[in-house]
Amino acid sequence: MKRTRRHLWAGVALIAVALLLLPFALSLAGTAWVRIANIALLYVLLALGLNIVVGFAGLLDLGYIAFYAVGAYVYALLASPHFGLHLPFWVILPIGAMVAALFGVMLGAPTLKLRGDYLAIVTLGFGEIVRIFLNNLSQPVNITRGPQGLAGIDPVRIAGVDFSRSDSVLGVVLSGPMKYYYLLLGLMLAIILINVRLQDSRIGRAWEAIREDEVAARAMGIDTTGMKLLAFAMGASFGGVAGGMFSAIQGFISPESFVLVESVMVVSMVVLGGMGNIAGVILGAVLLAFVPEILRWTVEPAQQALFGKMLIEPEVIRMLIFGLALVLVMLFRPAGLLPSAVRKRELEGDRAA
Amino acid sequence: MDIFVQQLVNGLTLGAVYAIVALGYTMVYGIIQLINFAHGEVVMIGAMVAFTVINTLAAAGMPPLMVVLIGTACAVPVCMLVGYAMERMAYRPLRSAPRLAPLITAIGVSIILQHLAMLVWSRNVMAFPQIIPLTTYSFLGATITGVQLVILGLCFAMMAGLALLVYRTRLGTAMRATAQNPQVARLMGVDVNRVIAATFVIGAALGAVAGVMVGTYYGVAQYTMGAGLGLKAFAAAVLGGIGNIPGAMVGGLLLGVVEALGAGYIGDLTDLCRYGIGPAANCADGGHFVLFGSNYQDVFAFVVLILVLVFRPSGLLGERVGDRA
Repeated sequence: MKRTRRHLWAGVALIAVALLLLPFALSLAGTAWVRIANIALLYVLLALGLNIVVGFAGLLDLGYIAFYAVGAYVYALLASPHFGLHLPFWVILPIGAMVAALFGVMLGAPTLKLRGDYLAIVTLGFGEIVRIFLNNLSQPVNITRGPQGLAGIDPVRIAGVDFSRSDSVLGVVLSGPMKYYYLLLGLMLAIILINVRLQDSRIGRAWEAIREDEVAARAMGIDTTGMKLLAFAMGASFGGVAGGMFSAIQGFISPESFVLVESVMVVSMVVLGGMGNIAGVILGAVLLAFVPEILRWTVEPAQQALFGKMLIEPEVIRMLIFGLALVLVMLFRPAGLLPSAVRKRELEGDRAA
Repeated sequence: MDIFVQQLVNGLTLGAVYAIVALGYTMVYGIIQLINFAHGEVVMIGAMVAFTVINTLAAAGMPPLMVVLIGTACAVPVCMLVGYAMERMAYRPLRSAPRLAPLITAIGVSIILQHLAMLVWSRNVMAFPQIIPLTTYSFLGATITGVQLVILGLCFAMMAGLALLVYRTRLGTAMRATAQNPQVARLMGVDVNRVIAATFVIGAALGAVAGVMVGTYYGVAQYTMGAGLGLKAFAAAVLGGIGNIPGAMVGGLLLGVVEALGAGYIGDLTDLCRYGIGPAANCADGGHFVLFGSNYQDVFAFVVLILVLVFRPSGLLGERVGDRA
């Protein structure tokens, strides 16, 4: 017991050191890779948020990117030249989370009666509605600038440190993306902590009960309506935080970043990694965010080397392999790469029956 | 009034196509509770194959009707094959897997099909050759084109055919039995695997024809056309009550009509100047201050869907609500 514990801590320490050193290693390959790592971290935040809704409470949400969009637009509107507002980062991020949570309740409240796939299509529709509004709210009053998007969004500034510029601390040069990396890492740790604590809390157990059998859960005295709303609101607020960060890091957003495919991507991350299992969800997000990028950088040289010219666009190959990977992983590990204990038990139970 | 009838005609045409695509979703869902996300791509492949054939033959100077018929006749078997292959390879192995697993493979299949189509047909928009003479008929003050009439007629014929198949043939009986309870159906001697494969193939065939119709109606086809169309059709299937065949027909028609009427009237209805509350600067000299223009057309499908589901959680004609989330 004591031994395994020590091993566990050694493992955690190793991972921590690796995560802290990662941006330096990546920046050797080019700053682009640090940016890719940041995007991957954003996806981890999103996947963890969606995991609350899909993994814990069992509500399939296919429009999750809407909350990401809401967070991003709240940040962009409150910190860009468009309205001339430049509120500080630590004021906007909570506002973004709250507005997103409000949208979560707005979506959840009328749709709580729905189950399974009916809920899936309604959330999908909700995501599309939000996107279409963002795309068109440039007339008659220009709020979102429509498809042109919002530019010149303020970067994060904390205590005089500007995250868009390079700084040197104790002789170590930290580029902008690297600073964002550490900020996102901190956010991710916070959200992981919240997720872990939630899972074993009264709320987490209530969600699990609802996921497994809603009628029974209600019979046991669980306020199913309130709990489902809470799941929507919490999941949405994490999405809002991630969206705010996206806005700050990119400096430019447009409705194009919040299309259905992105929602599908996040759902894929959650399911592929292993619904309901935090480690699995993180693995899914990191894999799905990194693999296409790695393919992007290897497919072209590989073709050049093999055939001496580009036969097929790298983008196409990237997506083909991506689609194929989704299918194959699901065929061979239907409960995800790292299934949660409950799912594993269910699957084995199925096989025995 | 003229606008009303005109939009109604347009909406019915589009709605009939939605209904045909929605049937593909709803049949598969009814039988194995799977949202076949890749169905939209099957429709797209149908349109692309048909367009390729039609463009080739039209250049050779064959009569237009023959050309379109041959194009469709080529598209249907290709789509049936795609539908069969997809069921066999991506869905059948996952019959007893957790519910979301086949959903993810469906998404994977859809990505693969879309990008394969891009490889084959490139990113470019394919245009329908100008071979069908534009014939128009007057109807209650609205104009209806020959193409629209053919689409409407064909859609209703296909719906009737499908209804006959499902409710009057042995295969249909087997399909309904499998939908109700696959285990018991198997005990009764139904070859469940064959029935499920048949469902996919029939849905794909309908999708292929729908693809040709949409392409002909708009005059263009592109590798991305499946996603949006599939989404609307899926919404239509849910609107009618997913898994319910008459529901998909009703849902499709309703969605098409609502969309067309909505797009036709929303600009007028949300013009604040009409109500005398718009900003004076905009409203002077008969100006407009339109809150929501017809560019919100795509919103209607989903708003109606949400409203209907709030009051009828299992769709217009759906009875059974799936318990498994």
